[in-house]
Amino acid sequence: MDNDTELRLGLPGSVEVKKPRETPQKRSSPDCISVEDDNLDRPSPKAQIVGWPPVRSYMKNNFYSMKNKADMAGKYVKVSMDGAPYLRKVDLKNYKEYKELREALENLFGCFSLGEILRMDGKYTMEYTIAYEDKDGDLMLLGDVPWEIFLSSCKKLRIMTDALGNKDREDSK
Amino acid sequence: MKVQSAMFYFPEEVIEHIFSFLTHHPDRNTVSTVCKAWYKIERLSRREVFVGNCYAIRPDRAAARFPGLRSLTLKGKPHFADFDLVPPDWGGLAGPWIEAMARSCPNLEELRMKRMVVSDESLELLVHAFPNFKALVLVSCEGFSTDGLAAVARSCKSLRELDLQENEIEDRGPRWLNSFPDMCTSLVSLNFACLKGEVNLKSLERLVCRSPNLKCLRLNRAVPVETLAKIMNQCPNLEDLGTGSLLADQFSEAYVSLISALQKCKKLRCLSGFWDASPLCLLAVYPICANLTGLNLSYAPTVQGQDFINLIQHCVKLLRLWVLDSVGDKGLAVVASACKELQELRVFPSDLFAAGPATVTEEGLVAISTGCPKLNSLLYFCHSMTNSALITVSKNCPNFTRFRLCILEPRKPDPATNEPLDEGFGAVVKTCKNLRRFSISGLLTDQVFYYIGKYAKALEMLSIAFAGDTDQGMTYVLNGCKNLRKLEIRDCPFGDGALLADVTKYETMRSLWMSSCDISLRGCKALATKMPSLNVEIINEWEAEMEENLNNGVAEVISNNNNKHINNGNDERKVEKLYVYRTVGGPRTDAPDFVWTL
Repeated sequence: MDNDTELRLGLPGSVEVKKPRETPQKRSSPDCISVEDDNLDRPSPKAQIVGWPPVRSYMKNNFYSMKNKADMAGKYVKVSMDGAPYLRKVDLKNYKEYKELREALENLFGCFSLGEILRMDGKYTMEYTIAYEDKDGDLMLLGDVPWEIFLSSCKKLRIMTDALGNKDREDSK
Repeated sequence: MKVQSAMFYFPEEVIEHIFSFLTHHPDRNTVSTVCKAWYKIERLSRREVFVGNCYAIRPDRAAARFPGLRSLTLKGKPHFADFDLVPPDWGGLAGPWIEAMARSCPNLEELRMKRMVVSDESLELLVHAFPNFKALVLVSCEGFSTDGLAAVARSCKSLRELDLQENEIEDRGPRWLNSFPDMCTSLVSLNFACLKGEVNLKSLERLVCRSPNLKCLRLNRAVPVETLAKIMNQCPNLEDLGTGSLLADQFSEAYVSLISALQKCKKLRCLSGFWDASPLCLLAVYPICANLTGLNLSYAPTVQGQDFINLIQHCVKLLRLWVLDSVGDKGLAVVASACKELQELRVFPSDLFAAGPATVTEEGLVAISTGCPKLNSLLYFCHSMTNSALITVSKNCPNFTRFRLCILEPRKPDPATNEPLDEGFGAVVKTCKNLRRFSISGLLTDQVFYYIGKYAKALEMLSIAFAGDTDQGMTYVLNGCKNLRKLEIRDCPFGDGALLADVTKYETMRSLWMSSCDISLRGCKALATKMPSLNVEIINEWEAEMEENLNNGVAEVISNNNNKHINNGNDERKVEKLYVYRTVGGPRTDAPDFVWTL
């Protein structure tokens, strides 16, 4: 994967955020699969391949709402924020989309002085990235997968304010 | 010359009458090309038009040609849009079509649309422009809300059919059901199973009471057993029922009245819904199973194991069965022994993520093929498949017209031999001479395409994913499948060589889709240059998004005439998604910024 050779600034021991969706520039293999290579080692592939298996999204969404009704009697996950003295917990079931979750997190961490960074009103130079840890322990960027898939796979949330997450944004500008 | 002058003695009405026996669209298209006189007679007497790709012709032109049109069928987005491979706002707008019809075809009675974007405004226009409007069928559409449905209910004086299948409908409340006229309605078929929100139950009951012609009624999940029982007591002549939520207690009045209501429905042939079905409610269904021809349990994960077996063993006349794979090979074995008349089977995956125990395997499919020799249509999701199973299945069921097999793990070989599944799928095309639709999966080399090109002469639609080795694979298909109409390919190593192997072929087809393959911009440009009668469109979301970022979030519409990205030099870039289709309508005028017409 090209990610391994890319130079990044970051604190020692900082974790790379894995983005499930490959950008076309990075595609070098003529095989052109859109799934992460390391998934091929696993006994069963994660459903990260867009549009696979070929089930109508209508049916998929219905299926999630049926399955998750049982699974999710209150899905509380820990939320950590870099530099904050303690963690918080949120019930993901209270939100039905990413926007609501982001707003809730902003409110939650607004009480810390670092919370000012979250306002992004142009005065401050730092921004934040929200990532989450999924069932396999991988750190994933929030927002790539449909909400229902995120709900069933999210184990922990992490608000990252160091330069690592932001470097990607700056590079792409 | 003699024949020609003989035809001139026939009055137009006679020729028109002769044409009325031609029900097959291609036949009518053919007679219209014989001579000007026949063209004119045909176009004025044409009552039904089918447009398989809404961009193949401009709406105005179609409407102007057939002013007497009564029934229009339209299809919009490419099939792979069902699997999120087509970005939102791609197109497929119904508005221009409805407007064109409103101007030129006042007698329109029926509109059927699939994968199109319909707005509430368009629905308003629809019901006001066509006084005789009778039937609206929307499949996999989006862009409208329950307000649009209210407009249809309110203004359509002679509405017979309102059929909503798997649409994304914005829920603006349950009031729409109240909008039907107060007097008796002419409703024959009402399907709102895909509505996610609440329904006004009293309105529903009253509506059913004043719809004496109702034959098909499909409810959504919000309708409880109590209401279902009341409704069924009102419609003992119902032939097609989609239940709401089938959750009831044993000693509840609802359950008891459901049983007695169902028993009265002697004409019931088709059942669907079964949301949250409790084993108890299934018991209520047993008495009517013996006459069922259609059963859809694909939204009922609770119906499995012994519950499923108990239900299905009564369904001896079943022709169509849709289930989840949670019924297992064991459940399929019972289907095979009970449903001897079965023609169509669909087995959907019940869990898209878990690496759990395999639910259906090749064993279930072999059992079905052994017990149900009349099977001609299959959609089967499974964890694994073997060549020998496929060979057996094709021997047992040589009548397949539709065969779609999806092995959940891409590129998975035959677990018994570790070989590709070329021979298994090859056996299907060799044996099933009438195969019109084919989807293949698992580990596959160019060899399977050799077989498809050589034997699948009746094939019209082929779907390929994660298969093949070289350009030769795709070339076999393009060269061999004479009747191919739709070809859709994803994640295969086919490149420009394959794309350009037989460019005139695409003029004989409706469309070609290629995504995550090995084609380059240069290849696509070459195709566009050689074939001006095709629209060669590439979908490139990433670059369009980059453009947006560069301009600080102000979306810049990249016009097709001034396309910086297409012409900025690097033609070797791989193309993410390609959609090619024949058209007489020229390039799209409504393409979003991420769709580039070459």
